[in-house]
Amino acid sequence: MIKVKIDGKEYRVKPGITILQVARENDIYIPTLCDDPRLEPYGGCRLCIVQIKGMPRPVTACTTPVTDGMEITTTNEYIEGLRKTIVELILSDHPNDCMVCEKAGDCSLQELAYFYGIRTNPYYGERRRYTTKDNNPFIERDMEKCILCGKCVRVCSEVQGVGAIEIAYRGFTAKVTPPFEKDLNCEFCGQCVSICPTGALMGKSSLGKGRQKDVKKIETVCPYCGCGCNMTLHVLRNEVIRVSSRPDNFHEGWLCVKGRFGFEFINSPDRLKRPLIRVKPRDKNSKELPVPDLNDFREASWDEALDLIANKLREIKDKYGPDAIAGLSSARCTNEENYIFQKFFRAVIGTNNIDHCARY
Amino acid sequence: MNKHIEIKVCTGTGGIAAGGLEVLERFQTCIEQAGLKAKTLTGCLTHRVGCRGLCARDVLVDVIIDDQKFTYQYIKPDMVERIVEEHIINGNPVSEWLVTEDYLSFYNKQQKVVLAMCGEIDPEDIESYISHQGYRAIEKVIKGMSPEEVIDEIKRSGLRGRGGAGFPTGLKWEMARNAPGDEKYIICNADEGDPGAFMDRAVIEGNPHAVIEGMLIGGYAIGAKRGYVYIRAEYPLAVERLKKAIEQARHKGYLGERIFGTDFGFDIKIKLGAGAFVCGEETALIASIEGKRGMPRAKPPFPVQKGLFGKPTVINNVETLANIPSIIIKGADWFASFGTEKSKGTKIFALTGKVKNTGLIEVPLGITLREIIYEIGGGIEGDRRLKAVQTGGPSGGCIPASMIDIPVDYESLARAGSIMGSGGMIILDETDCMVNVAKYFLQFTQSESCGKCVPCRIGTKRLLEILERITSGRGKEEDLKKLEKLSNDIKASSLCGLGQTAPNPVLSTLQYFRDEYEAHIFEKRCPAGVCRDLLTYTILEEFCKGCGMCLKVCPSGAIIGEKKKPHKIIPEVCIKCGACFEVCKFKAIKRG
Repeated sequence: MIKVKIDGKEYRVKPGITILQVARENDIYIPTLCDDPRLEPYGGCRLCIVQIKGMPRPVTACTTPVTDGMEITTTNEYIEGLRKTIVELILSDHPNDCMVCEKAGDCSLQELAYFYGIRTNPYYGERRRYTTKDNNPFIERDMEKCILCGKCVRVCSEVQGVGAIEIAYRGFTAKVTPPFEKDLNCEFCGQCVSICPTGALMGKSSLGKGRQKDVKKIETVCPYCGCGCNMTLHVLRNEVIRVSSRPDNFHEGWLCVKGRFGFEFINSPDRLKRPLIRVKPRDKNSKELPVPDLNDFREASWDEALDLIANKLREIKDKYGPDAIAGLSSARCTNEENYIFQKFFRAVIGTNNIDHCARY
Repeated sequence: MNKHIEIKVCTGTGGIAAGGLEVLERFQTCIEQAGLKAKTLTGCLTHRVGCRGLCARDVLVDVIIDDQKFTYQYIKPDMVERIVEEHIINGNPVSEWLVTEDYLSFYNKQQKVVLAMCGEIDPEDIESYISHQGYRAIEKVIKGMSPEEVIDEIKRSGLRGRGGAGFPTGLKWEMARNAPGDEKYIICNADEGDPGAFMDRAVIEGNPHAVIEGMLIGGYAIGAKRGYVYIRAEYPLAVERLKKAIEQARHKGYLGERIFGTDFGFDIKIKLGAGAFVCGEETALIASIEGKRGMPRAKPPFPVQKGLFGKPTVINNVETLANIPSIIIKGADWFASFGTEKSKGTKIFALTGKVKNTGLIEVPLGITLREIIYEIGGGIEGDRRLKAVQTGGPSGGCIPASMIDIPVDYESLARAGSIMGSGGMIILDETDCMVNVAKYFLQFTQSESCGKCVPCRIGTKRLLEILERITSGRGKEEDLKKLEKLSNDIKASSLCGLGQTAPNPVLSTLQYFRDEYEAHIFEKRCPAGVCRDLLTYTILEEFCKGCGMCLKVCPSGAIIGEKKKPHKIIPEVCIKCGACFEVCKFKAIKRG
């Protein structure tokens, strides 16, 4: 353990960690836009600059490791002045249309503008204008709102290992873009959407559905596969309008395209909500695959449906033996459910004919 | 006839542009036709050589007959025949084509260490380099010095990085040597990007083997087996000559495994840069070699700790490396005898701007700007008044004429608000507008900013917009304060050297030429007569002869008047192109 002094107070910390990490562990506020503890330090937004005794110029807390005896000043008039200039510069190249922005209320930039009380801006000037729209199915990309913090680029390559986007061009025209400015064509995991500090990246399925106010957040587990990712449903008037995931859960808040964007089935009129029992028998002579027709079925209660299944299974087992029955389990089930399913087949039915869709 | 004849033709980029290759070819055919080869027992040799500095006088040709050297200037292919006839065959130099006195004064104050062989040896022939003690330094090092001794020698020489920042080279090598890890790299930074600077290009074009030898010695000292040369693709001739040189060095066994029969092995790879200025910054350069977008990252860790592919890496500038062989051969004390206490050795500058002799110069550090401008440079064009000297390219500043007696060394230039930089030196006179100069450099840094950090990406854009406002007559009083504050904030908060120094041209011109800014803002006037939006053209009736030249040349029909009577300019129609001003023989048009 080494000793560092932050704003006059002494702390004993692990060597090798950054000033920002120390500050976070000890509840010392240092503003940032480009840092995320799950990504490599970047040092792009420059908001986390701090002063270190004996160093000629301020350094970024996110990239500078602590050393023994380091004396750090995280806030004073000079540093806050520099930070304010940086926020003013970002806002001078930003649409500043918070009134109609999806991200309002949940936006790090808006938060900083509030924090520094920026009402007028001394640095108004040319603003980037992008008129072409990205026609991909999932992610709304409004690059005028992009502050080039690079989080999306880094999460895509460091976490997802895809590298679908990169910063292109130079200077004021620098821009995050898929190759050759084509429409985004990736896995659509939406990690970039979840990490974007502004309204530059939003889920298309959430657009216009409502902002943060009055949203009820409900913690749940993703139903799509056995991974069991934790997710937070953003519910407004009994409708899921957005899905997020907390960075402090076991999968660090990363989801896949299904969990993040596949929630529209919840309120779909086509969704099956009760068991269906076939009323019109299937034509056994037909060689064609049957086309499901809802008129061939009737709704039933769970008790009725389960009784029917139990009876049929017993009938087949009695007549043809347990090996006439086979079970195929689903990747959408949890490990526990899969375990129970195979146990049921081996111990109750008495067959080893059990398999899992993930094997095909 | 038992003469030894040598003809050296400049075929640097400047020489080739002026027709150097054609001149060389003509010499070869003329000599063949004259049958000189048969007549002279020791042969008549023609060489291509690298840049010797005074590119403005290209094609420069040396004719050496039995150690008697005559230099011709402005040679065109059709002049060759006469030189061969009169000088080489008959022994009478063509006096009217020989270089004049001022050519010699250009060289007298110079001290050639790095450029000593540029212009003397054939850069495409390794034997030519070897005959000038080439690869003797690496032999001496490998056969008789430990890596520590090499580092000590370089440290004692006081050599500092010639890329701009001036970090002591020996110390950098020592840090890399001491860094843990058995895989290390040495990189030669040849991504010369400052506008108007061509020092590194000339060195590589003129003497590529010196750079290779410098890298070999550096590799031996720090314990690297592999070196990279990161060079701009915009330098095709330098790349070609470097490739050839590496090939020849490999063939001769100076590169590869078991050099001089020892266990030391070293090889060099060329990596072409795609023209991003920021890739001259070492961490961006490393990213670029690694195949990533060339963007700088925060230091520490420094490249000597964690550089290319995460391994300890030394990055040296071309000129730094080209100094190394001479230091090893002639000794640290010899090198340290040039220069000042803290800045040893010589420095190459690309002398450009409003000076009579533009070109490449190498001077001992500590020389004054006055000596450079008035003795080497031959004074200001048209004997106008010197206004300022811009050093260090876009990261540097403008030193006013009143300070030209300061010595040129790292510390003095920094104290004056500029930097040594990689060697750009632009001489500005009274016809240069300092606000416009600052704007020019800001345009450059803004378009070359990588976009990673906010102060550089947006801050320099805003600075540029303010300067554009001022030069177009829309400047306001508060703009001066805003320029100063924003400049200082950008300097303090930017990530890399590019952003941290980008405001220097603004700050130094604000410091020394505030009156010019004020004239633009308050009087809506450009004192140097450069900023177009602020100019007005009027015809002085008393001088106008009514010749009609201005009327003819005016593209917008803004000039009216009858023949032989004073003309007039209609200000509303005038587009301020200045065509009339240029064409008037009677100085009857006033610009102001």
